[in-house]
Parts: sequence; structure tokens; C-alpha cells
Amino acid sequence: MTHRWRWLLPMAALPVLGLLAYGFVLDPRSIPSPLVGRPAAAFTLTAFDGSPLALETLRGKVVVVNFWASWCNPACYDEAPVLERAWQTYRERGVVVVGVDMQDTPEAAQAFIRRFQLTFPNAPDAAGKVAVEYGVYGVPETFFVDRAGTIRAKHVGAVTDDVIRGTLDRLL
Amino acid sequence: MIPEIGGGALVVALALAVLGAVAAATGARTGRPALVESAQHAALAVYALLTGCLALLVYAFLRFDFSVRYVAMNTNLGTPFYYRITAVWGALEGSIVLWAWMLATYTLIVVVRHRRNARELYPWVLSVMLGVLAFFLLVMTVPAPVFQRLTPVPADGRGLNPLLEDSGMITHPVALYLGFTGFTVPFAFAMAALVTGRVNDFWITATRRWTITAWYFLSLGLLIGGWWSYHVLGWGGYWAWDPVENAAFMPWLTGTAFLHSVMIQERRRMLRLWNLALVILTFALTLFGTFLTRSGIIASVHAFTQGSIGVFFLVFLSVVVLIALGLLAWRWDVLGAQGELDSVVSRESAFLLNNVLLVAATFTVFFGTIFPLVSEAVRGVKVSVGMPFFNQVNVPLFLGLIFLMGVGPLIAWRRASLDNLKRNFLWPAVIGAVAAGVVWALGVRSALAVLSLALAAFVAATITVDVVRGTRARRRLGEALPGALGRLLLRHNRRYGGFVVHLGILVIALGVTGSQAWSVQTETTLQRGEHTELAGYRVRFDGLAASEESNHFKVTATFTVDGGHANGTVLLPAKKFYPQEQSPIAYVDYRLGLFEDLYVVLGDFARDGSQATVKLQVNRLVSWIWIGGLVLTLGAALAVAPERRRLV
Amino acid sequence: MARSTGCSEPGARSGASAGPRDHDVVGATLEGRGETATRTLALVVGLLLVATLASAQPPARPVSDETAHRIASELRCVVCQNLSVADSPSEMAAQMRAIVRERLAAGDSPEQVREYFVQRYGEWILLAPRRQGFNLVVWGFPVAAVALGLLAVAFRLRRWTRHAGATPARVDTAMSERIRRELEREP
Repeated sequence: MTHRWRWLLPMAALPVLGLLAYGFVLDPRSIPSPLVGRPAAAFTLTAFDGSPLALETLRGKVVVVNFWASWCNPACYDEAPVLERAWQTYRERGVVVVGVDMQDTPEAAQAFIRRFQLTFPNAPDAAGKVAVEYGVYGVPETFFVDRAGTIRAKHVGAVTDDVIRGTLDRLL
Repeated sequence: MIPEIGGGALVVALALAVLGAVAAATGARTGRPALVESAQHAALAVYALLTGCLALLVYAFLRFDFSVRYVAMNTNLGTPFYYRITAVWGALEGSIVLWAWMLATYTLIVVVRHRRNARELYPWVLSVMLGVLAFFLLVMTVPAPVFQRLTPVPADGRGLNPLLEDSGMITHPVALYLGFTGFTVPFAFAMAALVTGRVNDFWITATRRWTITAWYFLSLGLLIGGWWSYHVLGWGGYWAWDPVENAAFMPWLTGTAFLHSVMIQERRRMLRLWNLALVILTFALTLFGTFLTRSGIIASVHAFTQGSIGVFFLVFLSVVVLIALGLLAWRWDVLGAQGELDSVVSRESAFLLNNVLLVAATFTVFFGTIFPLVSEAVRGVKVSVGMPFFNQVNVPLFLGLIFLMGVGPLIAWRRASLDNLKRNFLWPAVIGAVAAGVVWALGVRSALAVLSLALAAFVAATITVDVVRGTRARRRLGEALPGALGRLLLRHNRRYGGFVVHLGILVIALGVTGSQAWSVQTETTLQRGEHTELAGYRVRFDGLAASEESNHFKVTATFTVDGGHANGTVLLPAKKFYPQEQSPIAYVDYRLGLFEDLYVVLGDFARDGSQATVKLQVNRLVSWIWIGGLVLTLGAALAVAPERRRLV
Repeated sequence: MARSTGCSEPGARSGASAGPRDHDVVGATLEGRGETATRTLALVVGLLLVATLASAQPPARPVSDETAHRIASELRCVVCQNLSVADSPSEMAAQMRAIVRERLAAGDSPEQVREYFVQRYGEWILLAPRRQGFNLVVWGFPVAAVALGLLAVAFRLRRWTRHAGATPARVDTAMSERIRRELEREP
């Protein structure tokens, strides 16, 4: 009886090794967001230029909510011009780009805005509450909210022109 | 120049290792000692080449040779010289060099020690060691080349990860790797035993000291890692059940099981199959550890992953596991038990139970560590398995092990009579119960803490009973007390070394119990001059100071402490801002004591120094963990001491 | 993607949020003495007052440091690897701790606070998997492992003790006499 069962021993290792191999296709750091398809949480912040920034006032438009920080180099630095371009290109079509600055200092943030000559509204999230409301776990992260106020897509990492175009064309 | 010389040397070493492994195996199969001789020479040459490479690397670091990519990535002109040396193993490629060099050193020692006294097994042992070396040399030349040239040569390097600028960095990887690589030797002997069919005790007695030494270094590496975590990482803890910590802990668990179950094989010739399986599992787990750190499949604070290296490790791990288990299955028939047992209540049973608990703990930790992968594979949902889970499931197992630590050494072999049980365990059991009562009366209400303390008292009592009885027996023969005790310990150094190690584990267990059950913490924002209180300590915030260091900018907060054993102390936690890091590193300050540590972490602060957020912790009995480590060291040293052959 | 390595976020901002102050529910009591009408009127006014205040401020409870710490230790710090929100020295964790305290003060139960985070981050934010559904596999595993081990040991022991008694050890009687005398000398 033991004669053939003994080979079970090396065989038993195979599923474990297979599972470890499967691990290579996964990315342990990418967390799928449970918020996609749910209403975007309302927030009211004060932008760097002093004006109020509230998400509800933007209902009816497509909103691109981008979380960034001035110390987030190179990703936020790469995507800042992309976002500014998107703002310029799509604002006539009812798209608003909104930047939320987290874990940052006002001086560094304003220097960042000046450096990339960003004209879309940017506001600091001092207490980190908006970041938690959106389940943000790193910067940069970008959320695409449709006209009805539902989060339709989330992009983790620097956005590119292709991503912006592809997502916005879907939502417009 | 250096990249080319180093790279070339490694390629030569790789070729020699492969040739040597094949030669030794062929020499053993065909009975040609000349081949085995040449394999020996290959081993010596590989050792020389690797030592040269390591020296070359250290030289490159000390001379700021930024033409070597590894040097440029891990140091800069501001790195102090001692950290430049330790930076050699601070990142992936260099860590493999260190590992391989240790393997080569161990191979050399095996050649010197066992060339003559392990005639049959030796060629196969050599072959396996060279084979494993060849793999690591392959990794050093293909996926993770350490001697890569960087063009153009930069003016300054990137710098060492600031978390690694610590004394723990100098010792933790070294101790840990000495432990990991040390287990290659018993594994090689086990393979040799299986291939030659000589599965009796020789391979075990030959590797006894190797096993204890490797086990000790692994223990030391884990303890230093805990110490490093406690005083560098700024979270006030020493063990986070991080996947890579688990990966180092698992071979320790199976290594401990192995250490104990070989005693059964030595005395009673049982469990031969099990011991072989255990040592294979231990070695496989050491490989799994390096795989986990370098593959990136599980997110971890330790991970320093890169490219395709994970695939290399997984393939090697698979090959090793399948061949080793295959050999085990092949020799199954020869490995039946040869001994007998008279009763379930016996030392054999205690040891078996010890193994069950340790291996169950290993599998639990393993499954918990890979469960995020499993969950994603099955459900598509990512889950986390962290400290709360591991603490909850492992505590009962460890408490059981502590109990066995008391029972095992004293209970009789084969069959423990009622008389034997009474003689050995009555008093300790009483003491344990009394301790539980006392602890309860003192106000401790956590059931686990009470149990832990009662068991510790029980075990300490059993050790005392044995030592007293042994000393008394010698005294009756006419020896004076101190001499009697000393000679007892030395004459039976294996047994009493083991006892001292158990004592060390007890002290560590008490430290863990204390820190888990009775630590308190608080977090608050203070204005300058304001104070806060915790557990009898008054901590006052006195201001901030900024300073420019050789490779970073530091903001230090001053806190004055009153109360406890820290009267009038000034604590200076800081935040270090490194240019190459995106965010500051917290630098904690603490006042250590025998029974409690006061621990201060600086959080957010106002630019003008008017206020700061501070996290205070009073951690209890953490120092006992480090003290336990020292006791462990003494015990291990006693256990490996050369045996006195004189009678009495 | 940017991640903090030392698990601290850039500091140098003024003021971190401290825990909210405790609120007391303002109750209204009436000691009626006089006409029934006045009393009824007063009662109605009082009830209206209570109702307004109750809807304006949900009944808050004093937040115990210990509860907040316990919940925070069950949540995963999102920027660190494998540390809990309670342990992590990072800025984000400090903000999350403040949110935990805030929600507890607002009347959420510990389970509700955990659920708040799970809604936004997914199950991944909990440091120990919930004891339900597929996760029971990992919780049950240690028990199964020990049970299996004990079974295997039991089998082994049975096989070993079965052979016992067949060949009792033979002891030399003179030797056993001597041993007995030696043992008797011990107190």
C-alpha cells in the first residue's frame, strides 16, 4: 500500500509552488477600489486662491478629481502637465479638473502649482478626511466622476493623455 | 576596471562550482576519488574567488567608485565610512554576494572537517553544497549582477536607504544569513544520506553542531531584527508578523522541531523519515524566505525586489523540493521505525507533541502569509492577514510549547511511571498553581497573561528541580557546591546547555507577555512648555531644533521627562529629511529600563516650533526579550562546547 | 507611484487634528408646580427643545483611548507595509486615528467604524480577515493543523506501543538489587 502512496509526498508540493508562481501575475500593491460605481462622496474645501470648492456645485459636469502632493516625484510631476492640458482641452465640453493636495505644506504646494502653471482649482486636504473618503492609499490617484455624481473610474499612478482621453470620451 | 574584474571572477567561480558539483557526484557514483579531489579544489577556488569579490566590493565602496552601479545606487559622498562597508549587503545584489560568500566559507569548513571522517557521505555533501553555491553564483551573474558598470560615471551616488543607517544593519543580515546558510549543511548531509542509503544516525551526529550553530544564528538574527525594529522604525514594536519576518521565523520553527526530534532518533532510532523531512522542510523554508524577499509577490516592508530574480528563486526552490522529496519517497522502505514504546506518557510523546505544535505553527504562519494570494486566486478579493490574526492563532500554540519545555527534559524515556511523574512534577505544578494565584491576586486579569506566567513558573521550577537534584547527587560524592554545579554543567553540557536555552526562551516569553499585556500608549499635541502624563511619567515639550548633518537635514524635538526611573531625562526624538527620500524618517528616542521603557515618537510639528504632536508609549518588560537573548547565547555556547570525555 | 519608505509623511504643517471634545446631551427637565396648562405647555416646549437638540447633535459618548487604540490596531496603515494604523508613525495614519476617534465620538460602534473604512478601501484595510465565508479557511487552518498532527501522533504511538510487552527487558537480578539499595539511600 505504501508503495505508490509515497510519491504523494513530492506531489503535495506542486500546488503550493503553483500558487507562488501565480503570485507573479498579481500586483500586491494594486488595490481595486470598492468605490467605483458608487456616488462620489461630497466634500467642501477651500482652494489655494481662497475660493470655496465643493463637489455638489459641480453636479451636471464630468469631474476629474486628482489627489497629489508636491513631494510625490516623479509621478505627480509627470502628470501635472497632462492634467492642465486636459483642463484646457475639455473645459468647454463640461469637464472640470479638480486637484486635492494631501499631506503637504501650503508653500510647497503653491510652488508646485506655479511651476506647472496649473489653472484648474486646487485645494489642500489638511485633515486628510477627503483622502480617506475616497479610499486613497498613495499619490497620485485620479477619480472620474460622471454628470450624475457617480464614480465611474479610478486611476492609480500618473495619468497619461491616453488615459484621460479614453475615460473622458466614455463619459461625455 | 573593478566591474570587469569582479564580473569575470564571478563567471569563473560559477563554472568551477558547476564542474565541482558534477565531479563530486560522478566521483561518488563511479568510485573515483580523483574526481572528488578535484571537486575539493574547485570548492577552495570558489571560496578564494568569492572572498576576492567581496573584498573588491568593499574596496569599491570605500573608494567611492561610482563606476560600479551598485556602489552608486547605495552610497553617496556623505555616507559615513562604516555604513559604506555595511552598504555592501544593504541592497539586493550585495546581499546575494554575502550569502554566497558564507556558503563558500561553510563549504570550506565542511571540506576541512569532514573530508576524512565522513567517507561515504562526503562526496555527495560536497556536491550538494557546490550545487547550491552554483545557483547563487548564477543569480549573481545573470538577474542580479553586482558588478555592473555605470556609464557615464556620476559625480555622486544615490545614497543608502536611511533606515539602514543603523547598527542593526551591521549585524542583523549577517546573523540571519549565517543562520540560513548554516542549514544548508545538515540538508546536504541529509541528501547524501538518502542517496547513499546510509540513513542511520551518522548524518545526524555529524551535523549536530552545525544544526545548533545555524539555529543559534537564526535566533540571534531574529532577535536583532526585533531590536532594530524597536529602536529604529518608530512604531514601538519589535515584531509585526510582516511576510518577510514570517519567512525567517518559519525555518526557525522547523529548525527547533528538528533540533528536538533528532534527540529521539539518537536515543531510540525512531523518526528517521520525519527527521529527514524536517531538515528538507527547513532548508526549503530558508530558500522560500529569500524568494519572498526578492520576488515582490507579497507586499512587505523588507521587500527589495527587482526584475526576474523571483523566477530564478522559484525555479530553484521547486527543483530542490521536488528532488529532495522524491529521494525521500524513493528511500521510504528503508526508513521504517526501529524502536518501541511502552507508554503514551513518555519523553518520546512529549517530543512528538513539541514537533506537532512547532510544525502546526509553521504551517499556520505559512498559510496566513500566502492567504492574500489564495484569496485573490479564489475570490478575486484582496485581504490582509496581519498581526491580529497571527497573534491570536499562535499564542495558544506557544503556550503549549512552554508547557512542554517543562515536561520534556524531566519525563522518563519509554514509559513514565506515576512515581516518576510525581517526583519530577509535583513541586513544579504546585509552584505553577501558586504563581497563578499570586498573579491573580496582584490584579492581573488577562487569562493569557496569568497562564503564561504560571507556565513560566512551572518550567523554571522543573529546571531548578533538575539542577538541584543533579548538584546534590554530585555533592554526595564529596564535591563542594560551586564545583559540583560547574562540573555538572560541563560534564553534561548538552543537557544543561539545553536547559539554559530553555531558560532564555522563558525570559523572552515573559518579555513578550509583559509587553503585549501591560503596555500603554497615548498620542497628543503639545504647545511649547505644555506637558502630558502617562503611567506616572510627566513629559514636557520644550521646543524644536534644526540641524544639518552629513547627508540629511534633521529636526529634533526636546522633551523633558519626570517620574519613574527617568527623572530629569531629556529625550530627543527627531525627523530626518533625506534628499533622496520623498518623506522624512522618524527617529525615536527612548529611556530603557529593566521593567519598562519610555518611548517617544515625534509626529507632526509646527514650523516655528510652537507645537508638536507626540506619541508616548510605556512598554513593559521589553528589555527581558533582549536579556533572554543573552541567556540563549550562553546556553547555545554551552551546548556546542566540546564534550568532556573524562569520567566524572 | 509615490510611497513613503520610512513610513512617515512630510511634516512641517501647523497643527494636527486632536480628538474632538466630548459633547453632553443637553437634557431638559421640568419641575412642574402650578396649573396643568402651564405644565402641559412647558412639557410640550421641553419636548420640542429636546427633539431639536437631539437631531442637531447626535448623542455622543466619551471616547475611550483604549477603544480607539483597539480599533486602530485592527486597521491596516495604507502607506506602510503591514503596520496597523495604531502603530504607524506616518502622517496618514495619524489622520486616520483622528477619524476613528471622531466617528466613535459621533456614536458609531466599533463595528461601524471598521465598516466605514471597509466601504472605502475594501476588505484589505482590515488587518485580520473577517471570520466569514472563505476567510474561515485561514482561521480554521491552525485548528485543523493541530488536530491532524495529534491524529498522526496518535497513530504512530499506537503502532509503537503495540509491539511493547512482546519482549520485556531482561535485567540482571544482582544489578537490580544494587540499584534498589542505591535508590533507597536517597532521602
